[in-house]
Amino acid sequence: MEFNIYDFTSFTKWIDESLNAAMSPFWVMITEMAIIGVAILAFYALVGLFLVYAERKVCAFMQNRVGPNRVGPFGIFQTIADLLKLLMKELVYIKNADKLLFNIAPFIVITASFLAIAAIPFAKGLHAIDFNIGIFYVVAVSSLGVIGILLAGWSSNSKYSLIGAMRSGAQIVSYELSVGLSLITMVILSGSMQLSTIVEAQANGWFIFTGHIPAIIAFVIYMIAATAETNRGPFDLAEAESELTAGFHTEYSGIRFAFFFLAEYMNMFIVASIAATIFWGGWMPFHVPGWEGFNTVMDYIPPFIWYIGKTAVIIFIMMLFKWTFPRLRIDQLLTLEWKYLLPINLFNVVLMAFIVLMGWHW
Amino acid sequence: MRGLINYFSGMFNGIISLVKGMGVTGKYFFTSPVTIVTQQYPENRKTLEMFDAFKGEVTMPHNENNEHKCTACNICQINCPNGSIEVVSKDVVNEEGKKKKELDKHHYNIGMCSFCGLCIKTCPSNALAWGQEFEHAMFTRNKFVKTLNNEGSKLIQKKGVE
Repeated sequence: MEFNIYDFTSFTKWIDESLNAAMSPFWVMITEMAIIGVAILAFYALVGLFLVYAERKVCAFMQNRVGPNRVGPFGIFQTIADLLKLLMKELVYIKNADKLLFNIAPFIVITASFLAIAAIPFAKGLHAIDFNIGIFYVVAVSSLGVIGILLAGWSSNSKYSLIGAMRSGAQIVSYELSVGLSLITMVILSGSMQLSTIVEAQANGWFIFTGHIPAIIAFVIYMIAATAETNRGPFDLAEAESELTAGFHTEYSGIRFAFFFLAEYMNMFIVASIAATIFWGGWMPFHVPGWEGFNTVMDYIPPFIWYIGKTAVIIFIMMLFKWTFPRLRIDQLLTLEWKYLLPINLFNVVLMAFIVLMGWHW
Repeated sequence: MRGLINYFSGMFNGIISLVKGMGVTGKYFFTSPVTIVTQQYPENRKTLEMFDAFKGEVTMPHNENNEHKCTACNICQINCPNGSIEVVSKDVVNEEGKKKKELDKHHYNIGMCSFCGLCIKTCPSNALAWGQEFEHAMFTRNKFVKTLNNEGSKLIQKKGVE
């Protein structure tokens, strides 16, 4: 076995072969699924906890505060303490709530983000499923989460939850369009929907540079629409605390509330990694064609670090959105989508198709 | 045509103002340790200084001769909405044989005080003032009742008034 931090292909192959030598193909599949499930679960919990801490710290710095600083050095164990508190809290059952849907809803939300994370390429060869329609799959699966949100709002038997869920539904139906169209713009450029191919195609320059203006417009639109899709930042009317107490998760308590909370942060992580993969080259190092020395220096940084770094930068931009802009009203939200983003996006697709047809994109 | 110009100018103005806002928060983020304005309370307890306008508690300032300005007129007690002030006065016979009312004890119950400041505002002789002390937690309730005038304190004798 050879473990190479720059290319995980041989490592995963070694696991597959050694499992195949030990058991039948069916059990190999089951074991591999279990391994990947546990790995993703651990990653999920880790990233979720870290993102909650990071958001609180970033928000504090932007507001000239210190942020959590009591539990552990610089407060790094604050979210773990919060999680322990949430785990020990009582699960309150709501009178006249639809028990089944009420219990299922957090799991649907969390499953949707789980499904999406499987298709993300973390590094070369570190990729759970490499569909040939990867982008399509991610877009389809990540919008499943709204079902959980709608169910949570409907089954809670509370007006705040229902209004919040309905707003969230209207928001996702609108902004899914922008996410899809901005990704289609990049699919036109790359000529493939397979995420590994898209990353490989950016070896000589990330799409945001090689795609010229349409790629930049698509990136900006994707950032806006993705922020809206994760119910974050200025688009958090689904849980507008000043109007709806907490929106769709008003009636949830304890660990089920934590599931919603975690899923929100993981959705942010997922849309940030999609943006990093499609616009900024995923795990691909920063290459400038012709600068050989520079490119080899960049190659020394492991792909996983590149991936995490780019995702972190995009997450920081999304946090900057959240802690800078005031919340939009529902009519302003729909105006932004249907009167601004959608027409620009449609025009942008045509522009990108024209550039690709003329062969100006390299 | 006009509508189209408005559409694009509105969009670009919007983008510019959004970027400006992000610049402000971004600047604060990257200069954060310098610009932090909050204080870490239990650690800075020794150096903490409250502001002049802070309404910590009602006090009765005394001068260096242990004299206060309170004439025991009861106006603060009458004005207090919570009944947290009780002025105890005593009659003193002065050297001319005249009976005169003087402050014996000014009781102030901080546990009932809502810090509205009516006593300080209505005091005709400005005998009361805000203090900046704010750590008022106690284990027993009767410790909340404070006597504002010092032991053996007297009214300031103004010259030429009497």
